[in-house]
Amino acid sequence: MKNRRTFIQHSAAAASTLAFPLIGGAQPAAVKIGVLHPVTGALAFSGQQCREGALMAIEDINKAGGLKALGGARIEAMLGDAQSQPQVGAAEIEKMNEAGVASVLGAFASAICLATTQAAAKYNLPHVVDIGVADQIVQRGLKNTFRFGPGYGVCAQIAMVNLHVLNSVAGKPAKTVMIIHEESLFGTGTANLLTRELPGFGFEVKEVIKHANPTRDFNNIVLRMKALNPDIVIPANYYNEYALLVRTMQQQKVQPKAIYSVLGGAASSFKFLKEFPDAANGIIDCNHWFNPKDKRAVDLRKRVEAKNLFFTYEIFNTYTAMMFLADAINRAKSTDRAAITAALAGSSFSDHFMPYGPTKMVDGQNTGAQPLMTQVLGGDIKVIIPRDYRQAEPMFPLKS
Amino acid sequence: MLDFDILFPSLLNGLTTGAVYALVALGLTLIYGVLHIINFAHGASLMLALYGVYLLNTRLGWDPYLALPLMVAGMFAMGYALQRVVINRASHGKDENILLVTLGLAIVMENLALLAFSADTRSIDTPYTLRTVPIGPAMIALPKLIAFGGALAVAGSLLWIVKRTDLGRAIRAVAKEKQGAKLMGIDVEHVYAMSFGIGLACLGAAACFLLPAYYVNPQVGSGFVLVAFTIVVLGGMGSFSGALLGGLLIGVVESIGGLLLGDSLGQVGIYLIFIAVLLLRPQGLFGDRA
Repeated sequence: MKNRRTFIQHSAAAASTLAFPLIGGAQPAAVKIGVLHPVTGALAFSGQQCREGALMAIEDINKAGGLKALGGARIEAMLGDAQSQPQVGAAEIEKMNEAGVASVLGAFASAICLATTQAAAKYNLPHVVDIGVADQIVQRGLKNTFRFGPGYGVCAQIAMVNLHVLNSVAGKPAKTVMIIHEESLFGTGTANLLTRELPGFGFEVKEVIKHANPTRDFNNIVLRMKALNPDIVIPANYYNEYALLVRTMQQQKVQPKAIYSVLGGAASSFKFLKEFPDAANGIIDCNHWFNPKDKRAVDLRKRVEAKNLFFTYEIFNTYTAMMFLADAINRAKSTDRAAITAALAGSSFSDHFMPYGPTKMVDGQNTGAQPLMTQVLGGDIKVIIPRDYRQAEPMFPLKS
Repeated sequence: MLDFDILFPSLLNGLTTGAVYALVALGLTLIYGVLHIINFAHGASLMLALYGVYLLNTRLGWDPYLALPLMVAGMFAMGYALQRVVINRASHGKDENILLVTLGLAIVMENLALLAFSADTRSIDTPYTLRTVPIGPAMIALPKLIAFGGALAVAGSLLWIVKRTDLGRAIRAVAKEKQGAKLMGIDVEHVYAMSFGIGLACLGAAACFLLPAYYVNPQVGSGFVLVAFTIVVLGGMGSFSGALLGGLLIGVVESIGGLLLGDSLGQVGIYLIFIAVLLLRPQGLFGDRA
C-alpha cells in the first residue's frame, strides 16, 4: 500500500512538472478558492459570465507561476451554483467551508451576496464580492467581506451629478424622470436612492415602477410610459429584462430624450449592442467599466471574444476581483483565513486595468472604486465621462 | 392615462393573452364537464407541453407553429393513456381519489421536469419573436396575434367536435347522464379517456402558441392553472362558450388592471370579479343553474 501511494505521489509530481515546466521541483498544494455564481435560473447568463471571468483570472495566475509567495501554488477553483436564489447561495457556502476553501469569490447578485457573505462570516471565511452593488453588503460590520468595485450609492450619486451636468450644458431640456427597476435588493435600493435624490437636482420623478424577475411582457409598463411621457427613462435591472424593456419601447415607438441607466444590465453590454444595435443606440449608462486605454483590458477583451463570449462587466469585474484576491493571498503568504482577511483589509492592489484610484479598504469597501459613464455611439460603447477616460463627446439629449 | 391610444393597445394585449388563457381553460372545463374531476395536473401538463415545443425547436429546429400537429397528437395520446392507465385505475370511482391522483401527478411531473431541465427559465428565439403589427394606434407583437387567431380556431374546432360529431354527442351524453349513456351502448370508459385526451390536446396547442412570446420553467404551469380555474368558475363549470368568453374577459381585466394599478397589482381585478361572480351568480356567467 505504501509503495503504491509513493508511486502515485511521484507520478503526480512528475506529471505536474511535465505539465507545468515553469514550476520546477515538487508542486506545493493547490489553494482552493470557492467560485460561487448563479449559473442557472433567472440570472444564469450573468452568473456564467462571472464564472468565466473568475476562471480566466485563475488560468492567468496559474500560467504566470501560481501564487509566488506560496512557492508557486496553483489556484484551484471550487465551483458553486447559487441557482439565482440567496438561500441556495448560502447553502453552497456551507459546502465550500466543509471543503476547506481559503476564500470565496462571488456571488454576482446583491441579494445572493447578502446571504453568502453572512454565511461565510460564521466561519471567518474571507469573501470577495465581485459585483453585488447593494451597499448593505458592506455596511453590516462583517469583517470577512470585501468589495473591490463600486456600490450603488456611489454609482447613483455619480450618475445624478453627471445627468445634472449634461442637462445643464444642453440648456435643461429634461425635467421629468421615470424609473423602472427590478424587484430585488439591487433594483429597489438603486431606485430608492434615485427617487430621494433626483428632486434635489431639479428633476421630477413622475413614476417608479417595479417589476419581477423574470418579466416577459413589458407592454403595460411601456404603455404607462407612453401616457406619462417622461423626458428621461432610468432602468435599473438585469440583462434579460433590460433588453426586453428597451426592445418593447422600440416596438411601441416610445422615444424619450434619453435612456439613462444606472447599472443597467444591458445598457453597456456588447451582447445587447450586437443583438439589437438599433435599440441600443444612444443609451447612456453609469456602470462598471474598464479603462479603455489600458492595453491589458484590450487584450483580455480580444481573448474573451475569441472564445465567442461577450466582454461584459461580469467578466472583467470578476476577473479583476480574482486578481485582487490572489494579490492578497500572496501578501498574506499563507492560506490562513485570518491572514488573508488582514491582507484584503490592508490591500493596496494596483496591478489592474480598472479606472480606479488607489485601493483603500474602508469597512470592506474599496473607496478608490468608481463607475464610468458610457454611451452607445456609432455602433460602439464609448466612455463619455470622466474626461480622463473619454473616448467620445456625449450626445444629450438624443436626436431622434 | 385613460387615453384611447393607451387603453386600446392594452385592451388588445389583454385579448391576445386572454385567448391563450381560454384555450387552457377549455381543456380544463371539458375534463370537468365530462369526468366531473378537477384536474390539478392541468398546469403541469401545460408545462410538459411547453418543454416539448422547446425541445422540438432547440434540438430539431422545428418552428413552434409547425410543431402544432405533433404536439396536439402527442398530448392527446398522453391524456388518453393517463386517464385509462393511471387516473381511472387509481380512483376506484371515487371523486376525492381522482383529486388526489391528479395532484400527485402534478407533483411528479414538476419534479421530473426539475430533474431533467433544472430550474432554468428557458425561451426560444424565432425570427418573428420581436415583430409587431400595427393595429390603429397599437403595436401588437406578431406571436401574440397568431396566438389569438390560433386559440380562437382551436376553440372553434373544439366546439364543432362537441356539437356536431358522434364523439361530441357521446361526450355530452356521458356528461349529462352516465348510466343512460351506458345503456345506449356508449363506451363510457373510452369517452372519459377521449375527453381527458382532448383536454390535454388543447394544452399542446396552447404551448405552441405560447412559447414564441413566453418562457418555460418547471413552475410555469401554476400561474396558468390558477387563472384557468378562475375562468372555468367564472364562465360556468363545464361551459365551453363560458370558458372562451371568460378567458378573454380575464385577459383584458388583467391587462387593463396592470396598466392602471401597476404590474404587481394587475391581477387584483381578476379576483375581485371572481368573488363578485361567486357572490352574485354562483353558477357562473354561462352555467346552468344547478
